[in-house]
Amino acid sequence: MEAVRQSAARPVAASRKGNPLRKLWKFRALIILALPGLALLLINNYLPMFGVFLAFKDFNYAKGIIGSDWNGFDNFHFLFATSDMWHVIVHTIVYNLAFLLINTVLSVLLALLLNEVRHRFLSKFYQSTMLLPHFISMVVVAYLVYGFLNPELGFINKSILEPAGKEGISWYMSPQYWPYILTVVNIWKSVGFGSVIYLATIVGIDREYYEAAMLDGASKWKQMTKITLPFLIPVIIILTLLAIGRIFSADFGLFYQVTMNAGMLKSTTDVIDTYVYNALLVTGDTNLASAAGLLQAVVGFVLIVSVNMIVKRVSSDNSLF
Amino acid sequence: MRGNNWTNVLINIGLILFSLACIIPFWLVLMVSVSGQNALAKYGYSFWPKEFDLVAYKFLIHDAEPIIRSFGVSIAVTIIGTIASLAITSALAFSLSRQDFPYRGALSMFVLITMLFGGGLLPWYLVYTKLLHLQDTMMVLIIPGLIGGFNVFIMRTFFMTSIPPSLIDSAQIDGASEYRTYFNIILPLSLPVLATIGLFVIVNYWNDWFTSLVFIKTDTLYNLQYFLYNTLMNAQYLQAVADKAHIDVSTMQTQPLEELRMAMAIIAVVPVALVFPFLQKYFVKGLTIGAVKG
Repeated sequence: MEAVRQSAARPVAASRKGNPLRKLWKFRALIILALPGLALLLINNYLPMFGVFLAFKDFNYAKGIIGSDWNGFDNFHFLFATSDMWHVIVHTIVYNLAFLLINTVLSVLLALLLNEVRHRFLSKFYQSTMLLPHFISMVVVAYLVYGFLNPELGFINKSILEPAGKEGISWYMSPQYWPYILTVVNIWKSVGFGSVIYLATIVGIDREYYEAAMLDGASKWKQMTKITLPFLIPVIIILTLLAIGRIFSADFGLFYQVTMNAGMLKSTTDVIDTYVYNALLVTGDTNLASAAGLLQAVVGFVLIVSVNMIVKRVSSDNSLF
Repeated sequence: MRGNNWTNVLINIGLILFSLACIIPFWLVLMVSVSGQNALAKYGYSFWPKEFDLVAYKFLIHDAEPIIRSFGVSIAVTIIGTIASLAITSALAFSLSRQDFPYRGALSMFVLITMLFGGGLLPWYLVYTKLLHLQDTMMVLIIPGLIGGFNVFIMRTFFMTSIPPSLIDSAQIDGASEYRTYFNIILPLSLPVLATIGLFVIVNYWNDWFTSLVFIKTDTLYNLQYFLYNTLMNAQYLQAVADKAHIDVSTMQTQPLEELRMAMAIIAVVPVALVFPFLQKYFVKGLTIGAVKG
């Protein structure tokens, strides 16, 4: 009882004193509460980190991680020996930049529109329908896309191209269309979500600005461009920076499921994540997979830490850590 | 005033168009699932079928045992996983939220690092297969989704900003242990954040196909998403499932595979579509809590 009372009364002062073991004992309850979560992070996140050595080894399932032979930077030499890896990196970055640009513009636009809807039921209805795609698995998205693009029965070939007298397209064998298809699918899946985030910021803007503007006779358009947008700019900058921090990793589900992992489409749809997956579980080339995986993890880490430093400069409230 | 009305109409038209674009693909798949077989073969997928036929759903209800079982796997994993995840995440977040906990800085860093760097697919795969030998078990579908740094930090921020420290102090002066404080004070006051994180976790488990893709080989352990994935990627797979069913196929020329496939996609969407409108407000709230610091 006495100990509990003291710790509650002067928590900081008490914890500074005493030897480390006693401190451990004193906080044993909090440690026990934290333990399951920490143990899971150790298994799921930290143990695999030791596996980064695999990128410098000639991995052999029979010999295991520790037993496999070191081979220096050979895996990386092989990785960049063909142009494949460069293509894959370029795809990843270009897709992510295109998604980022289009999604940001459309999300902000939709948020501005949503903010003008005064009818509560309508506003909620719009938000619910726009958010729905965000909650659907990529497998189901692949079905939805297949509904349109199925070469024999799909809506586009059967109901649009054929009646127009044109020949149907074998979509899953025609890589040239996929940059557009994937961009549309990505917009469909994430713009609603983005606009709800921006809307939350707009709703938080003090009404007095608008009232003052209206007294001065400012039009809706003027209010939008001179009040709402300036308030959104910091959020746009921060979300953009964070997205740039993740530019080296692609949405695996989008590129794997929606393309149905079709080999014919690889020339325009292969990204780092699908490349690693296919190298690992399809062609069984573990050395390339671990080298590419490590490259991705390191570049991603450097990007996110530097972006966080920049965000901290811009507005320390919004930095990630 | 009239100008304003016109703007309103235009704004609503724009939003209706985008909302429609969000729903229309679901409508198409729904209509395919209730199409008659002959019309489907003749006219392809369309937004309004020439013949209606619920045979695919009858098939699902009566015969498709593997599909029902995959549904069961998804439900079991989602329920067990969500409850365990909320307990583990909130307990860790509670410890990290306590100003007087001397290890909170170091342990927060421990959590943060997992959000910045990962070991990659192969080592992760090896940990679960070679070290823990969990491949092809229900456990491997649950464990990887139990905890995520982002969720821990959202909860911690909530505990720190929404629960006054004086409340915890006074409870402990009255003799409440840390465990009682956590169960009887923190958790009852945290229903909004538990709902938010709960929604994230439910959706995460329900929509997960990746874990199965990597670890599951036995088809009795397929969850619904992975079952869907297999039927889409591999036409023979659904054929095999349909062949084993007891449906009286003699009355049909061929089995209703196209409709069946789309009907399965519909039943995968329905639970999410039903749950999510109720939890939507918590979801939006959770997005705005955001920050990891504190």
